[in-house]
Amino acid sequence: MLLVVVEHDRGTLSGATLEALTFARVLAARLGLPLEAVSIGVSADTLVDDLALYGASVVHQAHGDLLGDYGPEAWGATVAAAVSALSPLAVLTCGTDRGNEVLAQAAARLDLPMVANCTEVEPGASRGDEWKVTRVRWGGSLMERAVVSSETVLFSVAHHAVAAEPLDAPVACTAAVFTPELDPSVGRTVVTERVTREAGVTLSTSPVVVGGGRGVGSPEGFAPLTELAGLLGGVVGCSRAVTNSGWRNHTDQVGQTGTRIAPDIYIACGISGAIQHWVGAMASKNILAINTDPEANMVTRADYAVIGDLHQVVPAISAEIRRRRHGTV
Amino acid sequence: MRVLVCVKRVPAPGARINITADGKAVDTAFLGFTMSPHEECAVEEAIRQVEQHGGGATVLTLGPSEADEQVRYAASLGVQKAVLLPTDGADWDPQRTARAITEAISSIEAVDGPFDLILFGNESADSGGFQVGVRVAVALGRPMVNGIKAIAVSPADGLVEARRESDAGMEVYQLSMPAVVGVKEGINLPRYPTMKGRLASKKVSVDTFNSTAEVGRQKLVQLYQAAEKSSSTVILGRGPEAAGAVVDLLEEIGVLTAGKADL
Repeated sequence: MLLVVVEHDRGTLSGATLEALTFARVLAARLGLPLEAVSIGVSADTLVDDLALYGASVVHQAHGDLLGDYGPEAWGATVAAAVSALSPLAVLTCGTDRGNEVLAQAAARLDLPMVANCTEVEPGASRGDEWKVTRVRWGGSLMERAVVSSETVLFSVAHHAVAAEPLDAPVACTAAVFTPELDPSVGRTVVTERVTREAGVTLSTSPVVVGGGRGVGSPEGFAPLTELAGLLGGVVGCSRAVTNSGWRNHTDQVGQTGTRIAPDIYIACGISGAIQHWVGAMASKNILAINTDPEANMVTRADYAVIGDLHQVVPAISAEIRRRRHGTV
Repeated sequence: MRVLVCVKRVPAPGARINITADGKAVDTAFLGFTMSPHEECAVEEAIRQVEQHGGGATVLTLGPSEADEQVRYAASLGVQKAVLLPTDGADWDPQRTARAITEAISSIEAVDGPFDLILFGNESADSGGFQVGVRVAVALGRPMVNGIKAIAVSPADGLVEARRESDAGMEVYQLSMPAVVGVKEGINLPRYPTMKGRLASKKVSVDTFNSTAEVGRQKLVQLYQAAEKSSSTVILGRGPEAAGAVVDLLEEIGVLTAGKADL
């Protein structure tokens, strides 16, 4: 049996979990094994229909006093308990911060290896045999082939490794409540409070991102980028060089250690395109680079480019947008 | 307050990461080295906590002998003590790494007393295993939360308030010390070393612990480049005269009608 850990936030399923389920369903079919899921907390009990639509034949619903809101130790210990009770051939989570954190907590408790952010797996012939796995490194710019051997193979599925695909019709699915025996100490890392963000377009959801790099030159230099982003209903992003210089807040950073973006278009202004930045931007549907250097990595990897000084090009684009909308500059 | 920060020496790649002929490692012949970005912030956070609450900070790394450079860099910023767990040069798997770090922490704590706070980066920049900090915390029996963007310590209560970003906003955790926290870049803006700090860091003695930690069950076989797009870049023009072609493109993609701030 393959077991997928359901990532959810107080009953709302994460999109990445659907990718992990899709990945697991294909793998389970190949191996001729059932696909089951474990959901943690009463708030996830409503997810059975969604999980059945992605092929889960059993949903193990973990209930318990310590399983109210999210807690890495409580969730990890629950997954560890499920592994001990059910002996799955493999456990999959999505390769999100939470998915990897829960799996690491489970792996540490079980003293088993854990492979983060896999894109492909080739199971061994029988239980305990070596699996061949492919995983992402450097935020996705480098791939690694590795082998792992374990009675139960624990791995997370890299975000966007597969697209989430529901079945045409849900499979027959049973809900099985279980109450893991948890050490009370695991309750010490449960969320105690939440601070909600104001709703609005964010870097990760915006259809247009206008990014600035070292070439912008100063905090004030971002004004034309802000103007263009405003005209297009988008938001401003930046590179790590910019946040490290203190020109903009880290929340604006696009990159391996910032935000991963996937807009309809990313307009990258004065950004050289170091690996750190590129991996955060590469999921964009279109990339337009504006740079004085035609050899800059951002230019050679972009779909489109304008060779020129962003301080002239960006205001000219804004003026052209206004001209077309109003017939005036 | 006693704070430990764990860092990893990693190459500082530019636009492309090249691989050695045997496919086992990153070709670092023309690269400098740094510590993972999240860890630069962890070092800064360790120093700030000690500045605020007193006590001392220690930096620990597991890596080749050259990782001496990274612990001395931390020392140049204000970390007082440095520990190096030397490897043979090859990257150790996550289980072995965590076992070695746990051993070393236990040895240090047996002599000097427990660290109130142990900081890791959320994940290493190169291998990105997302687990070493968690494994160390579980082995030490301490609470651990990863992905933290803000820390507030109240030594009187022995508590650390840790905040993590989520899609909906911030999640708040209250950890009893001794605790382990994995931090993310953005928690602070790291300082640069002063000349005085650089000079002082040369004199810091770096303690070494030779690990006997058992090898884990994940093994690297080969590295290769991720697939890249093969099509070449369409040059829309040069200078401000390209604006018309850019706006044509925006129209074609369908993002021209979305704007609200059109005055």
